[in-house]
Amino acid sequence: MSVRVTGLIKRFGSRREVLAVDAVSFQAPAHGITSLLGPSGSGKSTVLRLVAGLEALDGGAVEIHGHDVTATPVRERQVGFVFQNYALFDHMTVSENVGFGLSVRRADPRVIRERVEELLELVQLADYRNRLPTQLSGGQRQRVALARALAPNPRVLLLDEPFGALDTQVRLELREWLHRFHEQTQVTTLLVTHDQEEALELSEHVVLLRGGRVEQAGRPADLYENPANAFVASFLGGAKVLTGSVHRGRAELRGGFAAEFSAQALAAPGHGLVDGAAVEAYVRPHDVQLERLGAGPNLGPVGRVERLVRVGGHAKVSVLLRDGDLISVQMPHHELEERAIDLGDEVVVRLRHVKVAPRHDYVI
Amino acid sequence: MSHSVSRLGGHGRRAGRQDTAEEAPLIRWLLIGVALLFVCAFLLVPLVIVFSSAFADGLDAYLDALADDETLSAVRLTLLAAGIAVPLNLVFGVTSAWLLSKYEFPGKSALVTLIDLPFSVSPVIAGLIFVLLFGAQGWFGSLLSAWDVRIIFAVPGIVLATTFITFPLVTREVLAVMQAQGSDEEEAALTLGATGWQILWRVTLPKVKWGVIYGVILCNARAMGEFGAVSVVSGHIRGETNTLPLHVEVLYGEYAFVGAFAVSSLLALLAIVTLVLKQWVEWRAERRTADLATGAAPPTVARTVPAG
Repeated sequence: MSVRVTGLIKRFGSRREVLAVDAVSFQAPAHGITSLLGPSGSGKSTVLRLVAGLEALDGGAVEIHGHDVTATPVRERQVGFVFQNYALFDHMTVSENVGFGLSVRRADPRVIRERVEELLELVQLADYRNRLPTQLSGGQRQRVALARALAPNPRVLLLDEPFGALDTQVRLELREWLHRFHEQTQVTTLLVTHDQEEALELSEHVVLLRGGRVEQAGRPADLYENPANAFVASFLGGAKVLTGSVHRGRAELRGGFAAEFSAQALAAPGHGLVDGAAVEAYVRPHDVQLERLGAGPNLGPVGRVERLVRVGGHAKVSVLLRDGDLISVQMPHHELEERAIDLGDEVVVRLRHVKVAPRHDYVI
Repeated sequence: MSHSVSRLGGHGRRAGRQDTAEEAPLIRWLLIGVALLFVCAFLLVPLVIVFSSAFADGLDAYLDALADDETLSAVRLTLLAAGIAVPLNLVFGVTSAWLLSKYEFPGKSALVTLIDLPFSVSPVIAGLIFVLLFGAQGWFGSLLSAWDVRIIFAVPGIVLATTFITFPLVTREVLAVMQAQGSDEEEAALTLGATGWQILWRVTLPKVKWGVIYGVILCNARAMGEFGAVSVVSGHIRGETNTLPLHVEVLYGEYAFVGAFAVSSLLALLAIVTLVLKQWVEWRAERRTADLATGAAPPTVARTVPAG
């Protein structure tokens, strides 16, 4: 019971010259939320539309709960689709919108009324049943769209950037709400988003796409902790990639950094971390520590604080290293104050936690 | 007679008002004065003359002129021609706009251009086309006379010419609205299990309702007022193939001024009613747009005004 796509291919353009989706395969577990995450142009929305049947496939297959639906027309696929701009029917009331899917299937009016009420309760819009969509706020419209998609009991719920058009405050609230909502309904859900936080918070499975291909798929923690390549590392958590090579059992990296290998990395069969091997390290902003120069033992390369911005309880610091490279640091603001680090100061940069992997020829 | 299509957006008008507020008072009044003078000379005075000439010999003479058998027959024929042309073009217009906005197919841009043909060709030529096709010496002339069917110099010719001339009006209006609104709602309906027919009736048509109404109003005004094309195919047989505009010309040619202006006043009234309706539809459509301003992609009713 899940959604499984295999080898999806989609081409666009008058001569079909643009390969938008290139052999995408993944499996979305039943009753869970799976995120299709990626930058714009990664093909994530197209994949969702292919699953819904809104676009014609150029290759591959779509399976929903064990049934091959590749040849099934949209209206018989039983998918609930929520569009980024809601796509509500503006001339119908909230109730009529929610009941639309049942009424076009000629359900009994009494059944429709009951189901509509049930869903309006669920999305907490029962008092708005007779309003027109134009009289609702963005967040309320999004909930109507969700209720409308769920009314005919779809086998899978497809959400295309559902919070994309909302401001941050509403977005965070709705994200929380969607999480609780999903706990109640347990509908297998595919969520398209470009927001890594959204994907990491909401889903139990993440498919990270770039350029129409799957870069990595798995549990959010796996992608975060064990990125398959530099792109995954930098997209999730904004890691900086430092190249280097292995010397006497440890990695010596660009900018004068060094890193020991974890026992786990060395235990992996064929890890490739032998002397002379090219490696790359993924350094996340919160895995970097700063000390004032001269405040302690000099354990790392030296740089100068170029930029310092306070964002809430955290400070975002850009440090210009001696070799001209910039490294981003994120640390609690109180730590910065305790260490008396300010703009223009000379600091020692230390890496707290680094993930080192054999280098691939990836271009970011 | 030439046709031009002008498009005015609501934004342009609003911006214009703001600009004039910044002009010096003298220039402002001068510009307003010139505009008013122009409106009076070219729009108001002719309208006043039409009505004053119609009532020159008093109300009784006016009513007598309207109650004339030939005038009444012209009214009936005009209503008949519009009554057939408008529904035909409504169905065709909505269908073609739907086709053109929802589907991609080879030759699509050629079809869009072709739809505008009746606007770009002189109405007299349009009339001649039908004479050349269906006239006694025309392509289908011998066939039609063998079957004893009369098209030219008869009612069918007038209906044909009227339909041809008003052909693009509904299509253009509805197409503009459909293109502005996109097809997300149709896709949503599709995923909810609606059939193509259900989508058309329950989603698409309600969405473009004001564009359709607007197109029909323009189409009707043009159908009732058309002179050139109808004149060529009509033959001016009194009481049989005279429409209202043609009848005005006949009466005027006979120096029956009260009659000519009385009939003209009917057409002028039709124009006024059309303008009021048009204004009302625009107001409704704009209000809808204002309602949607907070939502995504507000639809607009593009204004297509045929002149001449």
